[in-house]
Amino acid sequence: MNQFQYARPSKQKTAIEAIAKDPNAQFIAGGTNLIDLMKRGVMAPEKLIDINRLPLRKIEKENNGVRIGALALNSVVAEDKLILERHPLLAQALKSGASAQLRNMATVGGNMMQRTRCPYFYDTAMPCNKREPGTGCGAMEGFNRMHAIFGFSDKCIAVNPSDMNVALVALDASVLVAGPKGERRIPFIEFHRLPGDNPEVHTNLQKGELILSVDIPDGPYTKHVHYLKVRERASFAFALVSVAAALDIDGSTIKSARLAMGGVAHKPWRLTEAEKTLVGKPVSEASFQQAAEVAMRGAKAFEHNAFKLILGPNSIVQALKTAAGIA
Amino acid sequence: MADDKHCGGASEEQHSCSKHNEARRDFLKHSSLLTALALTPSAAVKAAENSWDEKLAEKFEQVRVTLNINGEKNKLSIEPRVTLLDLLREQLNLTGTKKGCDYGQCGACTVHVDGERINSCLTFAVMLEGKKITTIEGLADGTDLHPMQAAFIKHDGFQCGYCTPGQIMSAVACIREGHANSEEEVREYMSGNICRCGAYPNIVNAILEVKNGGQKV
Ligand SMILES: Cc1cc2nc3c(=O)[nH]c(=O)nc-3n(C[C@H](O)[C@H](O)[C@H](O)COP(=O)(O)OP(=O)(O)OC[C@H]3O[C@@H](n4cnc5c(N)ncnc54)[C@H](O)[C@@H]3O)c2cc1C
Ligand code: FES
Ligand code: FES
Repeated sequence: MNQFQYARPSKQKTAIEAIAKDPNAQFIAGGTNLIDLMKRGVMAPEKLIDINRLPLRKIEKENNGVRIGALALNSVVAEDKLILERHPLLAQALKSGASAQLRNMATVGGNMMQRTRCPYFYDTAMPCNKREPGTGCGAMEGFNRMHAIFGFSDKCIAVNPSDMNVALVALDASVLVAGPKGERRIPFIEFHRLPGDNPEVHTNLQKGELILSVDIPDGPYTKHVHYLKVRERASFAFALVSVAAALDIDGSTIKSARLAMGGVAHKPWRLTEAEKTLVGKPVSEASFQQAAEVAMRGAKAFEHNAFKLILGPNSIVQALKTAAGIA
Repeated sequence: MADDKHCGGASEEQHSCSKHNEARRDFLKHSSLLTALALTPSAAVKAAENSWDEKLAEKFEQVRVTLNINGEKNKLSIEPRVTLLDLLREQLNLTGTKKGCDYGQCGACTVHVDGERINSCLTFAVMLEGKKITTIEGLADGTDLHPMQAAFIKHDGFQCGYCTPGQIMSAVACIREGHANSEEEVREYMSGNICRCGAYPNIVNAILEVKNGGQKV
């Protein structure tokens, strides 16, 4: 691993300044993604700014919502009373991610920022436009079982691997960040980006910006929710496909719905059109089938991930049925 | 004791005896001063000695940390890039904690930090200043095995034994967290510990027995 300079400031301002000025400086929180990437030589920051002394761990009520500090641990958020009560979908998604040990280290900010698990990104001997712009995409014609079926470009077909992100995009969360010029709020759906011509840019966070919190507005999605994660073993594996489903049900009619998918695109994939088709429909497998069909419009597969075109809609139907209690 | 363990160094060429270290540190101070003058504002140069918390420690600087490991205070000088796992195994001779994958994927390196289980391979030791670390060596009470250690022996919870220290540390935490209420729950919450020998059924039995026996873990 490369050598680096290290500091752990106790002031937000110092932390931000240290990063803003230096192209080779990075924040470190839980370290579970960054240290992994540094060991493999995928990343070689020259300065690490340890943010663990900043007061960003709280989970608290906030006018009409819940505020989760960027340093709140994944394990803590997943078992927090307020989260279980108001946003059980998020708790389910977090619990499905990584392992108990890793969740004890991983932070909410770090989870949002975690990089793709595309094997070409991880292997420095392989071409990857995301790691080294201009070298090509090894996955396009290579081993692309885990890869995108939505929103990819001819430069990159990697997917965002986070489970938490899928729940947060479904729940209309937003991200509060602070940079050298002050604070701003980014809707969660705009936080991550599609690869386009510059897949090396991974989110819309600007250099020097520090994530302070993720804020989730209160909503009706406290009961009929389900996070379904389909993976290659029963636990401790990244999603092939995942679905975050939330329903507001009145009697047997759907009042509103929230739906998002993971493992299918460069960003957590919100399914707004499919949500719309569910409004006013009866709670039934047929309604869910129809939504799944709408959700999958425009999907396109590569050599090894064509199974996602079938697994995707099946997972949507299954997640909605479980959320509605008719599975 | 503190002196014994006043060791440092991470990179291959270094050895961890304190005299050697003092000399090396002097040399490093010199050389890093030169680079620092060339590359960084003067504030960073001074930072290296004491106040590196707030300022940047130099790239080659060994920083001072105090870690409480198995109830003993260790004053150490370490490079920031040394993981807790490498510190334990290579510098402190606490080789009970195992390195399986070094990437967070197997759980062999599981230890407790302030009572919570973590993967020591994905943690820089320098980040743990002031924390209490417990390794498998710190679990038994003198020569009395911890109930989980005894249960692993009774239930044959291993074959080669390589994953066992990690499994046991994880299992203790699993019960303390309240995640050992059924076989299914144990399997889910122990999924971060891989056993290549496939001793899973016996591991689960050992954990459930300790849990159901109601002993304090
Ligand atoms: C074996 C393994 C299996 C895993 N399985 C899963 C899984 O199934 N599902 C899943 O979702 N995840 C999984 N993960 C990923 C894990 O969730 C992430 O590694 C973790 O969430 C990252 O959080 P961290 O705090 O450790 O981040 P770090 O490694 O500390 O940081 C990651 C990045 O985020 C940046 N960053 C951190 N905090 C901030 C902040 N506040 N503001 C701005 N930037 C910040 C850092 O600069 C860095 O670039 C797995 C990881 C491993 C190693
Ligand atoms: S060695 Fe740390 S998880 Fe494998
Ligand atoms: S006992 Fe051999 S790996 Fe678990």
